[in-house]
Amino acid sequence: MMLMASPAHVMASEAAHGEHFVKLEKVTLTYGQGERSVHALDETDLAIDKGDFIALVGPSGCGKSTILKLVTGLIRASSGYVFVAGREVGAEPVRVGMAFQNPTLLPWLKLRENVMLPLKIVPPFRQKYRAKRKTEFTDRIETLLAQVGLKGFSDKYPWQLSGGMLQRASLCRALVHEPQLLMLDEPFGALDQFTREELWAIMQELWMTHRPTVVLVTHDLKEAAYLANRICVMQARPGRIIDESVVAFPRPRTIAMSYDAGFVALTQRLRELIVGARPEKEIAQ
Amino acid sequence: MNPQLRRRMASAALIIGFFVAWELLCLMFGVKDIVLPRPTQILETLWTRLPAIMPHAAQTLYATLVGFGLGIVWGVLLGAFIGSSRLAYDVAYPLLVGFSSIPKVAVVPIFVLWFGAGTVPAVLTAMILCIFPIVVNVATGLATTEPELEDVMRALKASRLDILVNVGLPRAMPYFFASLKVAVTQAFVGTVIAETVASNRGIGNLMMIASSSFDVPLVFAGLLVLAVLGVGLYVIFSFIEVRVTGWALRKDEFAMG
Repeated sequence: MMLMASPAHVMASEAAHGEHFVKLEKVTLTYGQGERSVHALDETDLAIDKGDFIALVGPSGCGKSTILKLVTGLIRASSGYVFVAGREVGAEPVRVGMAFQNPTLLPWLKLRENVMLPLKIVPPFRQKYRAKRKTEFTDRIETLLAQVGLKGFSDKYPWQLSGGMLQRASLCRALVHEPQLLMLDEPFGALDQFTREELWAIMQELWMTHRPTVVLVTHDLKEAAYLANRICVMQARPGRIIDESVVAFPRPRTIAMSYDAGFVALTQRLRELIVGARPEKEIAQ
Repeated sequence: MNPQLRRRMASAALIIGFFVAWELLCLMFGVKDIVLPRPTQILETLWTRLPAIMPHAAQTLYATLVGFGLGIVWGVLLGAFIGSSRLAYDVAYPLLVGFSSIPKVAVVPIFVLWFGAGTVPAVLTAMILCIFPIVVNVATGLATTEPELEDVMRALKASRLDILVNVGLPRAMPYFFASLKVAVTQAFVGTVIAETVASNRGIGNLMMIASSSFDVPLVFAGLLVLAVLGVGLYVIFSFIEVRVTGWALRKDEFAMG
């Protein structure tokens, strides 16, 4: 079912999918083979506009992280098509940033060098890295670190910082190469409530200044409603998107807004959808 | 007195105490020096026959360091290869384990057959003895890279070489240096084995000749030279290890303090 990358087809698909930055068409993903195979994702369609911020929520094992991996080209769809910037994933010259629940910083590098890592790898920064790592790139990193509240920490090693600070640095690393596409896989999941809320505000600000296209996977419905423009609810086994809600609250949003009636109603509705979407044997337990 | 200094003094006192006890027990029970020479006798032998021992020590050190250097080069290359490819891991690991189980003294005659007696078999034996710990450690360091970190790198469209240079190799450094400390002592073992079997120079050869003429103090003097050389190189590599991979060690200190 793989798509042939003939020039004619690429042009045709660019015309067809040009309006959406990310587009999944009837994407199915099966892990394993035969009777023991797991249907992680089943004929899923999803379209994301450029500069949009969407959140994927759902019970565990519903294929949320699978969608992230498909869009970044880390895994291939068993069938169906994944397009990014109008071309099939993998072929597109799109810069991608990723952040996970685990900050995954390199322990042998200072914070500055850790954040600089993507600039060493991704074109067009890669070519300038040797010349600019001491001047222009350092300034850029200091600005970014200051934006997440880590001013003055760039000479520290990861083991000298707390979990919340590492997660901030991890966000900086995901953003430093000005990605068009930002993939967040529960980046605030392991943090305490107050740090998390602080980072929501920072994340919103970063998104509003840099405007990457963001896909956020989360278990936290309040987080999804606070950050995203659109929330997709997924069901598990087989993974599928069962509901999409547009979040219309004005920006910049505040924590106080999360106690408004409209906000609470939204998270309540999402919650009911997810409870209903859990696989039956889990409910029985 | 701070605790660290006290700990060091205690360990130094115990080490010196060991040799003093050896000396005293030999004197008390009248042990003949042909059975077990006293430490003072060994030192005396070492001192009076130093001009004769020195060239042998230099030869052993030379062969060991060359073998060790070759072992590092091949060990890192092989370890990087094995650690970054599943297939290479599956194929090379059983071979390596099998090869390292062969007593190296059995391999020396083959080297002598190929290259003649002398320095080359000593260098090669040192190399094959120290290669195994290096390969295993480098491969382990590379294979234990966090999958999420690899995802980050692959999402940046990093090549395999990029990942190896920026993540894999630095990550494997603590493993690598830990293996060097083991490997350098193994290299000495290899050199001395080869010198004992087939060479007319080196500490191994010196000890063999000394023992066949029942010059036991000289045998022990040779052992002492080997021990000092081994400890010296171990200390040097420990020092380099702390300097290069302090991030891995400091983490422990941090956790303790």
